[in-house]
This record gives sequence, structure tokens and C-alpha cells, in this order.
Amino acid sequence: MDWLTRFPHMDDDTLRVLKKSIDEGFRGFTRAYGDSIEGFFQPLQYFLIQSERFMTNTPWPIILLLIAAIAWFATRSWRIVISSVVTLLVIGYFDMWDDTMKTISMILVCTILSIVLGIPIGIAMSRSDRLQSWINPILDIMQTMPSFVYLIPVVMLLGIGKVPGLIAVVIYAIPPMIRLTNLGIRQVDRDVLEAADAFGSSSWQKLKNVQMPLALPTIMAGINQTIMMALAMVVIASMIGVQGLGQPVLKAIANQYFTLGVFNGLAIVGIAIVFDRISQAYGKRLQRHLEVIHG
Amino acid sequence: MAEPQKNAENGIHIRNLYKIFGHGAAGYVDMVKKGMTKAELNEKHGHVLGLKDINIDMPGGDIFVIMGLSGSGKSTLIRHINRLIDPTAGEVLVGDADVVKMNPRELRDFRRHKTAMVFQKFALLPHRNVLENTVYGLEVQGVPRARQVESAMRWIERVGLKGFEQKYPNQLSGGMQQRVGLARALTNDAPILLMDEAFSALDPLIRMDMQSVLLDLQKEIKKTIVFITHDLDEALRLGDRVAILRDGEVIQQGTAQDIVLNPADGYIANFVKEVNRGRVIRLDAVMAPINAGAQPASVRAHADTTLDEAATMLTKAGQTELSVVNGNGEQIGRLDLQRIISAMVTPAAGN
Repeated sequence: MDWLTRFPHMDDDTLRVLKKSIDEGFRGFTRAYGDSIEGFFQPLQYFLIQSERFMTNTPWPIILLLIAAIAWFATRSWRIVISSVVTLLVIGYFDMWDDTMKTISMILVCTILSIVLGIPIGIAMSRSDRLQSWINPILDIMQTMPSFVYLIPVVMLLGIGKVPGLIAVVIYAIPPMIRLTNLGIRQVDRDVLEAADAFGSSSWQKLKNVQMPLALPTIMAGINQTIMMALAMVVIASMIGVQGLGQPVLKAIANQYFTLGVFNGLAIVGIAIVFDRISQAYGKRLQRHLEVIHG
Repeated sequence: MAEPQKNAENGIHIRNLYKIFGHGAAGYVDMVKKGMTKAELNEKHGHVLGLKDINIDMPGGDIFVIMGLSGSGKSTLIRHINRLIDPTAGEVLVGDADVVKMNPRELRDFRRHKTAMVFQKFALLPHRNVLENTVYGLEVQGVPRARQVESAMRWIERVGLKGFEQKYPNQLSGGMQQRVGLARALTNDAPILLMDEAFSALDPLIRMDMQSVLLDLQKEIKKTIVFITHDLDEALRLGDRVAILRDGEVIQQGTAQDIVLNPADGYIANFVKEVNRGRVIRLDAVMAPINAGAQPASVRAHADTTLDEAATMLTKAGQTELSVVNGNGEQIGRLDLQRIISAMVTPAAGN
């Protein structure tokens, strides 16, 4: 009755050999292709460095003005503009300006990358049920696999630094972008699509004139989610060398510096709220035409 | 301005059209041709017979109404004309071209230049204002922007929406939204106008109003209009010719008067019972022959006059008899009030 109390598992030796051969296979792959893969990601590295240089080298009042201007054009709400500026001023006053700029730069690049990759994938997914049934489980894996696990192969391939950090963050943050693009396009009213067909729209005209504009509020919700998830990854990404607000938190965990942890944690929360309010208000503004109901 | 387009080029001819919904539908057409009914097909094979052996000729430049209750297949039928739905078998000829055989490119061109459609639920683009909705057809065709706007503004004004160009569909009432739908279709300047229950979602008064707008417009645009409705009064009012559809089959087609005077079966007779016959029947259908030697009556009316109008004329003139004349003013028959009234009254049930 041994098999009832102990789960009958694979032979220990076989299992060891299996793990070892996968490890060696991957290591071989890393040795063989590591350099070319690193070369492939070179443009990203450049992009990251430039964006970080811009955020940290520009005098702080200009950055502050820039963010206030973006907030104003996106939301047209003084309340949101003022609270964004105050949040950033407080963060700066507590001497976290540089780290915050590094984090914002990282989030910016990561969000742009997620949009650039996520929207086309979402569109492709909305057009094919088969593709959807393939991509959905992959997205499930990306969202539920503990981030530490996919940090391992990324670090083996690319070492420690900004780019592997960026890849880890994008893997974690891109699924809502893809899912909500797909959902937004699939939810477009069939009657309206039929009308577009009846007037002889080509498939590109339908996408450009009907599907994308009508899916845009949903896509904006996806961008909002992506930003939030990218911010949530800041601390984990700092473990593989991403600079910013994550590193002090990591130091605080290692050394039990309570206040350092709380301050940087609150700074992350602060910029998360700022980004969230700005992107949500912008998404709402896109739907203005739906609000005025004939009465 | 659109030239009058009353010609064979824009007539629509539907030949032996079948539509079966379901997997591998083509394999079932023969069974249906051999006499399998809609119910049998559904029961034995789980397929739905949408349309069965439809043969209709729609002359160019006329309003052709397809009338049927829900589930009769009328919306399916109109979508075959611009192939929003692919038929299982049969032909849809517009001029010389068979819409069914067009490749995607030809079909797109056909939809851009030959047809325009108005929908029951308006199907306007909610994120575009009235003007931007109206230019849509021309925008898709790639017409220069200035011409798009010029043409759109003319039709917006024509349907009575001047001043509303910048409003969004959500800010308009149902009737106004459908005016936008109509303006959008007319701006396309296509010879064929497909109207799928275009006025069914509107209040009765607004519906009457829109019918008048359409009849008025048709006098100047002379398009081939295919109009779908479930309302017999609407069908008889608008249609130069009417086809009645039931369970995917045409059970009668003809002029409004044909249908009212000679219903093909009990089903149609039952419908026709409630119709205001005075507005449908014309004098030449019920007039009596000229009495040789008798003096022509002082009231003269054209053979195309409806009984309603004739009765009004007689009452106003204080007369009891009128002469029916043809287009050249020659007398071709006579009619007295007695005869007019008996033709207007619905024959008692059982007759």
C-alpha cells in the first residue's frame, strides 16, 4: 500500500537527468545565441538610456511643468493637475526625485513597448478565434507565473541590467493591453460594422474608422492597467539591476529600514495614483460623445 | 444632382434564390428543391431554411416593397442584394452583373458605387457627428474632402437637419437619427437604395412624416428603392410594387391594388382586411363603362386617382357622378358615389 501514501513519482535518476539536460540545453543555447540576442535588444537599451537621461538631466521645474501640461491636456481638470503637481513636489521634498524620475522613465518605455506590441497582437487576436484560443493560455501563463521564475532565463540570456528588467516588466504588464484591445474590438456593435460593410469599407477602413475608435475607451483601460502592473513590478525588477524607487525598497527589506521602505513605497503609490487618474480621465473624455443623451 | 435613373441598368432581378443557414448548407438545396419543407429540414438536419426559390423583378427607378412578418426572411433577402449575406444558391442580377459571382474587390466597388443602405437601428457611427456620419460613403470611396462636405451638406439640409451638423447621434431623437441615416445613404449617390425596416423603429407620426419625405425625394431622385417593412399600410403607401414574404417564400407580388383586390390566399386576405382601401384602389380598377349617348359628368378625374380623393372631389362639388379620363383627357369610364363607397368598404368576411 506504499503507493497510496506516497505519490508514485518519476524515478529520481530520470528526473535528475531530465532537469540537467534541459539546463544544459538552455545553457548551450545561451552560449550560442546570447550575444546575437543581446544585439537584437540593443535599440531598447539605447531607448532606455535616452529616456532616463532626459528624465534625470532635465531641470526639475521643466519636468514638473511637462507633467502638469500632459495632465491638463489629457483631463482638462484643475483638480487632477494640482494634485499631480503636489504629489511630485512632496516626493521631491523627501529627496526621492531622481529615483522617481528613473522609475517614471522605465514605466514610460515599458508602456510604449507594451502598446506597440500589444495593440497589433490584440487586433490579430480579435480577428481569429483560433488565434485567440492560442494566445489566451499564453497570457494566463504570463500573468500567473511567479515573476522570479522568468527572471532566471532572462538573466541567463541577457545578464543583469536595464534591458532584462524591461523585458520582465513587459512580460508581466502587457497581457491586459492585449486582452482589452481584443475585447474592445470584439465588442463593437455588429450593426455598425454591417453598415460599414454595406458602404464598401475595406478591412483597413473598417479597422481605422469604426473598430479602433469604438474600441478606444476599452484600449485606454488596457493602457491604464498596463501602467499599474508595470509599477507593481518595479521592486522585483530592481532585483536584476533596474534603478529607481525599487532599489531603496529592496535595501530596506534586506536591512530592515522601516522608514526608507515606507517612504519609497509611498512614492510608488503616489505616482501610481497620478498616472491612474490621468489615464482614466483621458479614457472618459474619449467617451464624451456617449454621455449627452437626447432627452 | 442625380440624373433620373429609370432604366434597365439599375433594375434588380433575383432568380431561384435559396438560403439555408447551417453547416454544409449547399448539400441541402436539392432536398429543398425536391419539396422538403422548412419544418422537415429543421427537424431532420437542424438547418434553417431562410429563403426558398425567390424570383423577383424590381424595375429600375421604382420603389419595390418587400413585406413580411418577423421571421419571414425579408431582412435576409435584402442583404442578398448587396451580399451582406451569401446565398446558398441562385442569382442576384443588377443590370448585367451577378452580385453572387463578384470577387471581394468587385463586390466592394459595387457596394461603394451602386448601393446605399438605411438600417432599422440606424447604425450610425456613435463617435462621429452628423456631418462626419453623412460623408462616410464618400470618404470610403476616396472622394476629395471638399466634395464630400458639399454633397453631405446638401442632403443634410434636404432631410431637414440643417444646423445639426455638429451634433452626435446620441443627442438626436430616433426620427432625427434616421434622417441622418437617410442623408448618409443619399450622399453616397448610388442608384440603388436599400432600406431595411428603415422606419419601423419610429413613432407612428414620425413614421408617416418620414414616408412623406421619402416619397417626396423619390420624385426627384428616381432611384431603385428596395424597402423592407412588416407594416402592410406602409408597404401599400410606398410601394410601386409589393412582394409579400412568408416563411422564406414569396406568396404574392404585384401592385398595391392587385394585392388588395385579389389577395392570393387567406393569409394575405386576412391582412388586407384592415387596410384603408380608399387610399389604395384607383378609379380605373372599379369604374363602369361609358354609357353610350349619356352626357359626361362635370367632375373629371384621372384614372390614377384613388377612391379617397375621388370621393372628396365629388363631395366638394356636390355631385354624385364623375367621368374617369386618361392622360389625354379622353373619357374612358364613369363612376358614381354609390360604386365608390361600395368599393371602399371591406367585403364582409366569408365573401
